[in-house]
Amino acid sequence: MTVPQPVIAASGLVKRYGDFTAVDGLSFEVAPGESFGLLGPNGAGKSTTMRMIGAVSTRTGGGLSILGLDPDRNGPDIRSQLGVVPQADNLDTELRVRENLLVYGRYFGLPRRTVAERADELLAFAQLEDKGDAKVDALSGGMKRRLTIARGLINDPRILLLDEPTTGLDPQARHILWDRLFRLKEQGKTLVLTTHYMDEAEQLCDRLIVVDHGRIMAEGTPAELIRRYSSREVLELRFGSDRNEEVARALEGSGDRVEVLPDRILVYTADGEAELERIVDAGLHPRTSLVRRSSLEDVFLRLTGRSLIE
Amino acid sequence: MSDETAAGLAEGAATDDARGALAGGSRPRRFGAWYVAEHRFLVMRSYGQTILVTGFGEPLIYLYAMGVGLATLVDQNLGVEAGGVGYLVFVAPALLCSAALTTATIEFSYPVLLGYKWNPTFSGMHAGPISPGQIVDGLVISVVLRLAATVVIYYGFMLLFGAVPSPSGWLAIVIATLTGMAFGTLLMAYASTIRDDTGQLAMVERLVVLPLTLFSGTFFPLSELPWFLQWIGWISPLWHGTELARVATFGYPEPIWLTIVHVVVLLAMTIAGWVWSRRIAARRLAA
Repeated sequence: MTVPQPVIAASGLVKRYGDFTAVDGLSFEVAPGESFGLLGPNGAGKSTTMRMIGAVSTRTGGGLSILGLDPDRNGPDIRSQLGVVPQADNLDTELRVRENLLVYGRYFGLPRRTVAERADELLAFAQLEDKGDAKVDALSGGMKRRLTIARGLINDPRILLLDEPTTGLDPQARHILWDRLFRLKEQGKTLVLTTHYMDEAEQLCDRLIVVDHGRIMAEGTPAELIRRYSSREVLELRFGSDRNEEVARALEGSGDRVEVLPDRILVYTADGEAELERIVDAGLHPRTSLVRRSSLEDVFLRLTGRSLIE
Repeated sequence: MSDETAAGLAEGAATDDARGALAGGSRPRRFGAWYVAEHRFLVMRSYGQTILVTGFGEPLIYLYAMGVGLATLVDQNLGVEAGGVGYLVFVAPALLCSAALTTATIEFSYPVLLGYKWNPTFSGMHAGPISPGQIVDGLVISVVLRLAATVVIYYGFMLLFGAVPSPSGWLAIVIATLTGMAFGTLLMAYASTIRDDTGQLAMVERLVVLPLTLFSGTFFPLSELPWFLQWIGWISPLWHGTELARVATFGYPEPIWLTIVHVVVLLAMTIAGWVWSRRIAARRLAA
């Protein structure tokens, strides 16, 4: 059996804008059919990396191969095999919903008939069958995103790039979108997505890199990262904003690690309930307490000392 | 028309993926500009009614008001001195070129600003296999065809009004289209540079397009202007276009070298604006 060639291979990837280094030596590979995530706060270099993978922005240094081709030389060829869902919708608001798909499909040199068939299939996939003749501006934010995803699939791409796919959507719209993306993943589509939402990364990514200041802080599956950088459970305690600091000193040595945030104290431990009991027995009475599973949020906090969404 | 050449693969590294990509990129590389034009036509259809109404209404109103109404006054007062023909014949080619310039102004101003900024469809095209240069080429193709259609209709009305004595008059269709492009591609280049929209395009319309229309030998020969204003004509594509169109429609007497200058200036402006627009597009979309 041969190992499948990675569809994306980056080594020491660098992007500089003048003195500012947005991406500072990223190396990673994405296998076909994999769902790969770039997780990091705003300004970490995720979108810049996506633009380089998308063969629109040229790299300043390092190596990058997409589908075995160099984006500097074969930009249009590579882009003919990608589906791109940008952070800000760029649907044509002067056209109607279905027309957006028709026009976009033609960019790939597809025959009109093929494009029309696919447009109908994709409207169904995006749950927009009855909106085909609607104006784009009449769609809700969630519908626009789904239309953008449908547009990104019009060429049946080898790789679908999604930059912050659910940012700005309400919880219900996010869940609908995740469901659609999960279906694509099940169909074996290669997905690359950036996000600063932990739950999104945990649900959709087989593997991810945590990026901060343009560098990779960690790499692995969500479960691996949590195992490696956090404890099984987290005990969240609130003593009131003015008391947190003071109590934190008394809590030193509790669990594996204690993290003090402005509004709460996090105690990392294998058994949250037992830890809480010990703390209460010691005479400390939090106003509220909560035991939860560790998440990628905790991984990020551990790696960077900052929370993802400030 | 593609910016990036289809470079081959690294020796022996041809994977199925890479072969698929090279095959997928081949049609967009060849026809990408045309796909952009198709997109523009579909957008134009959304304001198709306006295009039709202005396309037919404008020549009718202008030729009647200037060529018939104003002409009665002018011809009575001057005899038929302006170029040796009646005022209708004198002013009609100017109105034709001016209509082309106005249409080009519409198509190369807000749609360009929109595509880069307010409704960034250009970045959407570029995320697909279309190169920045092809986006510009596609706009040029779509506007040339839109202009040609507008000008043909206008010319039809000129024939109806009896404003074209010369058999070579049809050349004015090409000349007017070129006049529109000469100004239009330069305007496109300027509109491509706008990052913060503070109403620059409205200023261009008021401070550039309107004076050009008035001082380009449109309604009266350039020689009637005081000498310190005549330079406006020389840098104005509308003056060069109008003079050239007059040569075509009624054999306006001018030295042959001047006719050549008109053609060269119009072509040079068109090409300069086009090339400049392509450069800006490449810089702006691939940052």
